[in-house]
Amino acid sequence: MNVTLRETRIETPGRQHMGFVDCDVHPFFRTPADFDPFLSARWREHRQTIGNRSRQGLHKGSLYPRMSPGNGMRMDSWPTDGGPPGSDLTMMREQLLDLFDVRYGMLAPLVGGAAGDRNVDFGAAMAVAVNEWQCAMFCDPEPRLKASVQITLEHEDAAIAEIEKRAGDPRFSQVNIPPRGLEPLGRRRYRKILAACAASGFPISLHLGGTSGHASTGGGWPSFYHEEHPSYVQSMQTLVASLVCEGVFDEIPDLKVVLVEGGFAWMPALGWRMDKTWKRLRAEAPLAKAPSEYMREHFWVTTQPMEEPERADDMLQTIEWIGPERVMFSTDYPHWDQDDPRYAFKVKLSDDWARLIYRENALALYRLD
Amino acid sequence: MASRHVVAAADEIPPGGRKIVTVRGRQIGVFNIRGEFFALINTCPHQGAKLCEGAILSQLVSNSPGEYGLTRHGEMLRCPWHCWEFDIRTGQSWCEPNDFKARTFNVTVEAGDTLAKGPFQAETVPVMVERSYVVVEM
Amino acid sequence: MIVTKGAIDCDIHPAVPNARALLPHMDEYWREHMLRRGLERDNFDLSAFPVNAPINARPDWTPQKGPPGSSLSDMQQHVLNPMGTGIAICNVLHSAQAMMSEDLSAAMCRGVNNWIAAEWLDRDPRLRASILVPQHSGELAAEEIERLAGDRRFVQVLMLAMAELPPGRRQMWPIYRAAEKHGLPIGLHAGSTFRHPPSAGGWGSTLLEDYISYAQGMAGALNSLLSEGVFQKFPDLKVVLIESGVTWLPAAMWRINKTWRGVRSEVPWVNKLPADIFRERVRLTAQPLDAPPGAGGLEAVLDQLGSDEMLLFASDYPHWHYDGDDAVPPGIPAAMLRKMMIDNALATYPRLRAA
Repeated sequence: MNVTLRETRIETPGRQHMGFVDCDVHPFFRTPADFDPFLSARWREHRQTIGNRSRQGLHKGSLYPRMSPGNGMRMDSWPTDGGPPGSDLTMMREQLLDLFDVRYGMLAPLVGGAAGDRNVDFGAAMAVAVNEWQCAMFCDPEPRLKASVQITLEHEDAAIAEIEKRAGDPRFSQVNIPPRGLEPLGRRRYRKILAACAASGFPISLHLGGTSGHASTGGGWPSFYHEEHPSYVQSMQTLVASLVCEGVFDEIPDLKVVLVEGGFAWMPALGWRMDKTWKRLRAEAPLAKAPSEYMREHFWVTTQPMEEPERADDMLQTIEWIGPERVMFSTDYPHWDQDDPRYAFKVKLSDDWARLIYRENALALYRLD
Repeated sequence: MASRHVVAAADEIPPGGRKIVTVRGRQIGVFNIRGEFFALINTCPHQGAKLCEGAILSQLVSNSPGEYGLTRHGEMLRCPWHCWEFDIRTGQSWCEPNDFKARTFNVTVEAGDTLAKGPFQAETVPVMVERSYVVVEM
Repeated sequence: MIVTKGAIDCDIHPAVPNARALLPHMDEYWREHMLRRGLERDNFDLSAFPVNAPINARPDWTPQKGPPGSSLSDMQQHVLNPMGTGIAICNVLHSAQAMMSEDLSAAMCRGVNNWIAAEWLDRDPRLRASILVPQHSGELAAEEIERLAGDRRFVQVLMLAMAELPPGRRQMWPIYRAAEKHGLPIGLHAGSTFRHPPSAGGWGSTLLEDYISYAQGMAGALNSLLSEGVFQKFPDLKVVLIESGVTWLPAAMWRINKTWRGVRSEVPWVNKLPADIFRERVRLTAQPLDAPPGAGGLEAVLDQLGSDEMLLFASDYPHWHYDGDDAVPPGIPAAMLRKMMIDNALATYPRLRAA
């Protein structure tokens, strides 16, 4: 007996699903040697012999392995030439950029390990290399793709130099900082870097991930990827709280923050909690405004992985609470849990909201076009 | 009005194998499980991925944390995107859907089963073997 | 306050006035041990709950002497009598649960538990208590549960939501075995022993940030219990999330549901939709309640829980979450409110029903 519970006949994208700005696209190297042309001899050798070492026991890969090969890639995105998903621009065009007539794709290269390397000089060198690589392999041949500036937070001079070097380069759209770091981003030691980002006109994108060496949860290390995956949200929440409570936005009013790949349904309750708690602890954190006001003014969220409410309509309430002008569509191509623009929303968006979420919010924030 | 279509010679799809074909404008995946044939529409009910190109796996079951068992060898299809698992024979998914309407369906855990069957389902297509050809009805 | 008359207050905080108060309640070895090391001079406050921080000490509940919550007669005058409370469950927040040495932790927990029975439960028949346990030693924690299980005024086992290991880890299972055996829910209280920073994002600067993080900590703790199969392994065990803020839960359920559908094969013993498991086995105290502003907002969020059996009334005395006698957060739908004040607690804590 055939039971069709939903319409499964949409195979070609409809007009409303075309021409969006994809706020999270993952380019990959074919091999790590792809970075060598952009490294000095010293760092080439370091890369080949020691390699990236972050604050974890496994040298390469994740202690919480993903459920599909390639550290969690969609199974139909493996190029035939042997490279990993995301390494083949032709395939990226076929499966994403041309298929949906994507207006712009914001790159989030989770490669090179620059931000988390314990050797901050190597990390700084890799940051530059990954920035050059993005341009050479993706943005120059494909101008719809926009790079994000990689930096090493723990090497302030190098980070600021790299930010200032890329300022004004239209191929770069934002500065990428992983949420899991040694200290939360609002802490004083990072202030100059954040100021440099704002002064250079770059939003900062906190793409989930990073290896800080701190346990994934405040209660210690979980056993399973089943726990690790949602735990990324917790560090993102820490950073929102840190940036707000440390008064960073009073000091750097132009700073804009994009929370990437963290989902977003948790934002409203965080805002309510921050406001309620701050009422009692205002003396400790003398802010000019209520925390939720800073959230509304300085933060954007990308949609993937879109939470799946038990009643689809609840999603509309969530977006209303966050503000539809703060939500930006993303696929997370080519990861396993990427969202397809045709089906990601289980509820119908109004035309206004669809315009904002699929296109206009990102065009405005990133000053594209 | 359903009609019958030859999609393959029976020995073209060995046990454990599959073939993706297009019939009446729709892609379907035809699977051979130990000599029996089954077919599913090649679209995942979750987000439209090419379901039938996913990994063919076994069912993982457990009665208790730390216990791991394999059953239904080669009878489960895992979507290439979000890894939802479907029973190739019935198209039945093995997780609850997020559809509020589905909460009114009768979901029971049958004796001997260790999973709650979700009513979320991939679309199946009737398949038969006639004179060593695989035929679907659509 | 008609609505609170006869209510069951599921989170009230008597405070140990000072470590000396515990000495009569410890055996002679540990009494001497404390004195040898000068420990009776310390306070053993949790840094997660600085005693004088405004959020932990409502001004009109703050005594002249001793920490807020340290006087039974104050508690009676401030909340129990005016509210007409039927039963109140005492959860003592104390670093006994944080001390690194398992044996010292166990000894201090014993001291606190003996103290609360003698100084509080014996003196007001409305009071019940949670058993403090050294949560980093499954074995010693189980022993303490066994020791006190016969005193039915102990109705729950208390743990901090964030400690050394996520609560679902197998090392903790002796605790759940003992608790389930004796009909004691596990109370996971907001806060941390700070073996770890509040998240992988690192150590923030302020109590404000920490307090905000206690809600996230609950989400991690809940996912640990779920993923490790604690709800399968201990089918009669219930878990109460105490002082969590509540409104973080729907989004967390949606996220865990979604992850489960794709990652289920890693934890195949989780054989039901996580949200359904939570609705059956998890309860939350409703103070504080991080409500949206504006009419109808709270009702909308609570509706997303999909159950009116999850909330438990609590004053959270002497923490400062409301003013005057407004112990019941405004905006809770009437049907949910009725269940919240008494019925849900009776269903969650089997020992409350016993004569």
